[in-house]
Amino acid sequence: MITPYDVAKVRADFPILHRLVNGKPLTYLDNANTTQKPQSVIDAVTDFYTTYNANIHRASHLLGELATRAYEEARVKVQTFLHAADAHEIIYVRNATEGVNLVAQTYGRRNIHAGDEIILSTMEHHANIIPWQLLCAETGAKLRIIPINDAGELMMDEYAKLLSERTKFVGIVHMSNALGTINPIKQVIEMAHAYGVPVLVDAAQSAYHMPIDVQELDCDFLVFSGHKLYGPTGIGVLYGKRALLEEMPPWQGGGDMIATVTFEETTFNEIPYKFEAGTPHIDGAIGLGAAIDYLAGLGMDKISTYENELMAYGTDLLTAVPGLRMIGTARAKASVYSFVLDGIHPYDIGTVLDQEGIAIRTGQHCAHPVMQRFGVPATVRASLGLYNTREELDTLVRGLHTAREIFGE
Amino acid sequence: MTAEVLSEALTIDKAQEEIVEEFDYLGDWTERYKHIADLGRKLPPFPEDQRLEENKVKGCQSQVWLSGHLNGKQIVFDADSDALIVRGLIALALRVYSGRTPEEILSTPPEFINKIGMSEHLSANRANGLQAVIKQIKRYAVAFQARTETE
Ligand SMILES: Cc1ncc(COP(=O)(O)O)c(C=O)c1O
Repeated sequence: MITPYDVAKVRADFPILHRLVNGKPLTYLDNANTTQKPQSVIDAVTDFYTTYNANIHRASHLLGELATRAYEEARVKVQTFLHAADAHEIIYVRNATEGVNLVAQTYGRRNIHAGDEIILSTMEHHANIIPWQLLCAETGAKLRIIPINDAGELMMDEYAKLLSERTKFVGIVHMSNALGTINPIKQVIEMAHAYGVPVLVDAAQSAYHMPIDVQELDCDFLVFSGHKLYGPTGIGVLYGKRALLEEMPPWQGGGDMIATVTFEETTFNEIPYKFEAGTPHIDGAIGLGAAIDYLAGLGMDKISTYENELMAYGTDLLTAVPGLRMIGTARAKASVYSFVLDGIHPYDIGTVLDQEGIAIRTGQHCAHPVMQRFGVPATVRASLGLYNTREELDTLVRGLHTAREIFGE
Repeated sequence: MTAEVLSEALTIDKAQEEIVEEFDYLGDWTERYKHIADLGRKLPPFPEDQRLEENKVKGCQSQVWLSGHLNGKQIVFDADSDALIVRGLIALALRVYSGRTPEEILSTPPEFINKIGMSEHLSANRANGLQAVIKQIKRYAVAFQARTETE
């Protein structure tokens, strides 16, 4: 039997959605920034500290065993969530940013040299630009950038022209946080693989909006952050194909990442532990596991269908607001409205919306090249999550009309 | 210049009080913001020869400029922002701080901001410029104070 998506029931799972902001019910439309947490995630973290807190992989007592088991079970949940072949291909990191840095500093340093090229796109988040810039500064490699069209879509023909024997790596965002564009990453990956080039997918935005299957995509690396996936902050995931991870040197050194140590020589632990030095974010991993359970309970495909319907409803509403220019009108797009209002600074809009209890983001969204491409200093960005409603989009549009009334000449 | 005329008429404390009274007459927040937007529109234009990189106040969300020069013992400020609310708040800050001596500036905290219910614009999180403008005004005061002392 198909159960319909019951958003009222979903909202009841998120305690923060019931608070007031500036005396108004909270309208939380800043999900691309971070998402709110369901009670089950909060409970999982509390339960860890209340009933079985201990360090993992080292304790010879029951609590240590329980903590280790929960931490490793969460890894299997991530594996299932991403459809990875093996739980050992799941490395816990702090966030998507750290995942990219890890790959740049280990795979990158070992395999990318002077004269080599790394391909990124104009719509990358700084998290998938700066680590590669740092690597280029260190090695003498060069960045090549796939341009985007006026709708905010990747220009695939230009990408085809950039690929060459010099290409050693491709980093591509699955879904743009500044535009909402969903990129044809399967095709991006196929084209890179034709040159034997590995691809890292930045799934920070896509992971909580749509089902992801790393084997079907055949991506070599993929990163996402727990805090955007209705889980805790400070925990994220790097997925990598086993063969690549095994051949990569470790990054940070310390406890847990070694097999044997003498002062002359250290042999490293196997993956994923080789990359998880020191005591990790245990409660974060456990909370992330609970978030994945929550998403699996609702069904990623159902979440995606619901959000897409909501998205279409909001697009119609917003494009009817006089003077509104949508930045990012890709055919394949999800859950992000980035826009400017004629003659009104995004900051002013944000201020007015905040008074109405509406949380959105204004600014450049850590994607300066996107703002440059569209010739805007900043945008207003409203972004959807699985608990948002049509009424909230109505509230947003009312807020925009209030802003027009206050700031219109 | 309006700032100079006003400051002759009012002491720095009186200028703050006057702002607070002005806002007491206003109703809900939309009225307050409308008033601030109006003040922003009326802020005298920023001298274009002062629109220099060194006069840019580092605020994350809107662009803000501030320049100050000595006029006798007093510092006169010009300022600008591309966000209207920030412009309006800056206009208020200039009513208080422009045309004052360094000592007056340094001994006067911007209490009016709290009192008119705009304190959130001072939080670091907002990174909106007002906070940075007031800091920069105080920095000018410290610099000019040092200069007049050594002279
Ligand atoms: C597309 C994209 N990539 C990477 C990141 C970085 O995420 P984090 O700050 O959690 O590392 C973000 C966060 O805004 C993002 O939207």
